[in-house]
Amino acid sequence: MEDPNNKKMIIKMKKIIIIFLVLNATFSSCNKEKSKEEQVIVYQCPMQCEGDKTYQEKVSCPVCKMDLQPLTNSHSHKIESAGISETSIFNLTSKWKTEENISIELKDLKGKTLVMVMIYTSCKAACPRLVADMRNIEKKIPDSVKSEVQYIMISIDPETDTPERLKSFAIDNHMDDEQWTFLQGNINSVREFANVLAVKYKQISPMDFSHSNIISVFNPQGELMHQQEGLGVDNNETIAKIIESTK
Amino acid sequence: MGTILRLAICILFLRGIDANCQSDMVEIKGGTYIPLYGRDSMQVTINDFFMDIYPVTNEEFLAFVNKNPKWKRSRVKKLFADENYLHQWETDTTLGETQSLQAPITNISWFAANDYCDCLGKRLPTIDEWEFAAMSNEKLSDARNLKTYNEYILSWYEKPKTFNNEIGSTFKNYWGVYDLHGLVWEWTYDFNSVLISGESRKDVDNDSNLFCGTAAIGATDLMNYAAFMRYAIRGSVKANYAMKNLGFRCVKNKK
Repeated sequence: MEDPNNKKMIIKMKKIIIIFLVLNATFSSCNKEKSKEEQVIVYQCPMQCEGDKTYQEKVSCPVCKMDLQPLTNSHSHKIESAGISETSIFNLTSKWKTEENISIELKDLKGKTLVMVMIYTSCKAACPRLVADMRNIEKKIPDSVKSEVQYIMISIDPETDTPERLKSFAIDNHMDDEQWTFLQGNINSVREFANVLAVKYKQISPMDFSHSNIISVFNPQGELMHQQEGLGVDNNETIAKIIESTK
Repeated sequence: MGTILRLAICILFLRGIDANCQSDMVEIKGGTYIPLYGRDSMQVTINDFFMDIYPVTNEEFLAFVNKNPKWKRSRVKKLFADENYLHQWETDTTLGETQSLQAPITNISWFAANDYCDCLGKRLPTIDEWEFAAMSNEKLSDARNLKTYNEYILSWYEKPKTFNNEIGSTFKNYWGVYDLHGLVWEWTYDFNSVLISGESRKDVDNDSNLFCGTAAIGATDLMNYAAFMRYAIRGSVKANYAMKNLGFRCVKNKK
């Protein structure tokens, strides 16, 4: 017969173990990525002294003594080149909400030329002119490529600019058609994205930001093709770049 | 059963060690102050927060890279770090010959620094937080008007290659924080809020306040100059830049 006390003990132990597992899971969110990535790393001599022979450890090649190189690197590059490149903004994994309250990642915008600008809807000074600049660009794009281009307005004030507010801004500014997308992120994703665009901004009062006026053009793979800096500047080059990148 | 119990204790123990690996922090008591530049001479209120005592070291960053292979030099995406990223390291996971494990990590991009702090449940300090903690000397929380304080900073600007020195080699300030001045420049979370292109065509405001130092003499001039250098650096870098005299440390909100 099994000792009932022992059985209880076992149940208790199981509970403790489960608690540990849960704790481990919560603490190691950053490490998860590691285990996933590390599984696939194998090393190979850059000179391929031993042909295709690979190693699990990063040691030096027994023949030429050179440091082995991770093979997954070139491997994953291949996968990426079919999808997205190293400089693509689709490498950003942040989540955004559109003016239609749909959750997206930037890579969901893949496939079209993207014309992007950072604004905020309560802006009285430069943003209306930036928005006008965007509309002027859109107007000059020939019909033949119109469907290949998406215009993205990213709010630098994600706390104020909710999807509802972005939607009404879109309607007020006659930018509610399909080619216009407005995005709300969070404070961190906006800061990160501004850094990718090299857009500078700061909050100067609860309602106001100052920011660089930069319109950025990305090709359908999310690579930066062109940046137009300033307000009301000549947009011919920008338009040429947009048309070029749709080809 | 005993084995499992021992294992569990062992895991707990290891966790403890693991947590200790995170560099120590001290509390910075918040307050209100007027930063020299950047916010239109307005008062800024800082909440209490914790700050790393030392900048992140080569050793610590090495461990981070080992845990997060996407930040290895050979694997980092160009979007997140330029070609100078970890440039001085021998390989992906070994330091250069002349580098000390206890020297501050440099040649890292904002994205890498940001992710490092994030992974530890911390974050990069804002400019205002960093400046607030850094305006102290050994004795005073705000030593900006002291000649000695400013001379120390300016004399550092003239010393070459201080990034090779080990952490803790400068002074311990009022809060118990080391190396805010005298070792390396440090990334801040919102470095890209400094608009000093000075070209109104590009920027909404050309931030004339930034250049508009008070017309005083003596320490104030030195003070403006020392701080101006920091803001100028922040205004001129991009987030994927990796520079050999630019490191970082993390902070954490006080719950």
